[in-house]
Amino acid sequence: MSKSITSERIVTKKKGLWHEISKNKILFLMLLPTLLYFLINNYLPMIGIYYAFVQFDFHASNLFQMPFVGLKNFEFLWKSGKLVELTINTISYNIAFIVLVNVTAISVAVMLSEIKGKWFKKITQSVLFLPYFVSFVILSVIVFNLFNYDQGVLNTMLEKLGADPVNLYAMPKAWIPLIIFFYLWKNVGYSMVIYLAAITGISEEYYEAAKIDGANIFQRTWHITVPMLKTTFVILLLFALGAIMKGQFDLFYQMVGNNGLLFSTTDIIDTYVYRSLRVTFDMGMATAAGVYQSVFGFVLILTVNTIIRKINKDYALF
Amino acid sequence: MKIKEDSSTKWFRLISYVVVILGSLLCLLPFLLIVSASLTSNAEIINEGYKLIPSHFTIDAYKIVFMFPEELLRAYGVTTFVTVVGTGLGLLMMTMAGYVLQRKDFKYRNFFSFVIYFTTLFGGGLVPYYMLITNYLQFSNTMNALIWPSLMTPFLIILMRSFINSAVPDEVIESAKIDGANDFLIYFRVVMPLAVPGLATVGLFLALHYWNDWFNSALFINDATKYQLQFYLYNIINTSNFMNNIGAGAGVVLSGPVPSESMKMAMAVVVTGPILLLYPFIQRYFVKGLTIGAVKG
Repeated sequence: MSKSITSERIVTKKKGLWHEISKNKILFLMLLPTLLYFLINNYLPMIGIYYAFVQFDFHASNLFQMPFVGLKNFEFLWKSGKLVELTINTISYNIAFIVLVNVTAISVAVMLSEIKGKWFKKITQSVLFLPYFVSFVILSVIVFNLFNYDQGVLNTMLEKLGADPVNLYAMPKAWIPLIIFFYLWKNVGYSMVIYLAAITGISEEYYEAAKIDGANIFQRTWHITVPMLKTTFVILLLFALGAIMKGQFDLFYQMVGNNGLLFSTTDIIDTYVYRSLRVTFDMGMATAAGVYQSVFGFVLILTVNTIIRKINKDYALF
Repeated sequence: MKIKEDSSTKWFRLISYVVVILGSLLCLLPFLLIVSASLTSNAEIINEGYKLIPSHFTIDAYKIVFMFPEELLRAYGVTTFVTVVGTGLGLLMMTMAGYVLQRKDFKYRNFFSFVIYFTTLFGGGLVPYYMLITNYLQFSNTMNALIWPSLMTPFLIILMRSFINSAVPDEVIESAKIDGANDFLIYFRVVMPLAVPGLATVGLFLALHYWNDWFNSALFINDATKYQLQFYLYNIINTSNFMNNIGAGAGVVLSGPVPSESMKMAMAVVVTGPILLLYPFIQRYFVKGLTIGAVKG
């Protein structure tokens, strides 16, 4: 059996791609629209990285007619002093998101799995997953409802307690916990569903055996559940680490918008690029920052992946 | 055999109930705030601020929203059209791709899978993409600009591939092939009927994305008659937010009347309504998608 497979492989290898295409014509045709889509939508813009090295000109008919300026755009970006702040903000927020979402999601999943009432479990799981389904625009409505200076719930309550109202829209530091809180609000349900599925997959026998041995709930959780969730955690972690230079644009833009007073603590690379493109029309800065994000992010993924490969090949992304 | 539970387990369970209930309230409360504000009179909000339970209920805000419903209905129309067409086209292409990429006799399946996956690792960035859509594809101010960018994602293609892989045994495809069916017929007559749960999951993920999208309107649409529903809401909220929070110092000139507070909240309810109504029926498909994704990696 294995012999015939190997000999078949040798034959196809000799005839190569064209033989394969004519043999599986229909399969290739079915894949073609998808390949063309990614070619145009994702690979073609990679040529546009060249925008970062030219003087942008809205009148030029195409990219290669714009004057080449070398690294000037990057120089401006560096001199603007924003680069370090943007990078630190983007990466720190992402690290906070990764750590807190996973810790919260695992804790809630463990608690939910201990709860016995079937309906109670079903309904609460659905409710915890609900915020994932509403748009970020609704999130901005919620934030406005809670925190706006004149009528927000927060200030209404402070006034009732006899305290002075606060204008959060002029307090940059206050938005660090707020952004993290609303990120958790929107995403814990998603990760929790994944962890809950993994917990459901753990054989009941382990727990029974541990109970007979007299292990209490904390020992069972720590010595059985947590180790069994390791694979799921590592997979989620690697995906998150791969995207550590990509910010949660929707979240930040809908919560903070173009409010310059808050940028020192809330501006990430994605919001900066968007503003440069659509608000301040500084194309040179926008492309340079975008290329910096793509390249730096890619190098980070390759590094993380190489390290993971050394530690445990099964966990590597590619 | 029933083992007697120790007291720490009982305590843990009690705490679990408390935490889960509090967490659920935290998830629901913001929606209740919006709904109750939409049922409060505008004067009450201006004088007393937003609160959880209004002193007087009124549906005035909804009356105003539906007094001149043309713009709202048009935005609903745009979003519905984009969601239906985008989900239909995207599903067709992604199911075909998922089917081909899981066929064991398709020699280059790993290579092409990587070609698709690679786009999540590296890209050109926002500006080149913006130039592609506006300058090269000339999609500005057309429905294409709203449909095209979200048509397919590597995550959903890989999800579809895993679904088909686990729902359709290789032998079924093999035997259909021996019966003389061509590869497309196998996909259409054999694989698709077996993959209906997977189709529902991937389709709902895609539809949710289209329904909640506001970013493509913000980037590519200047013509207000082509705004998606979410972006239409975003505009209404923000024309007056900006004034409230930063003050007139920013030098922004408003066109048209500033929408009233309760009306904005009523608009938010009208925009989110369909999702909340459908949610109980569709959420299990999302749970299924995440579960399969988690198992297969």
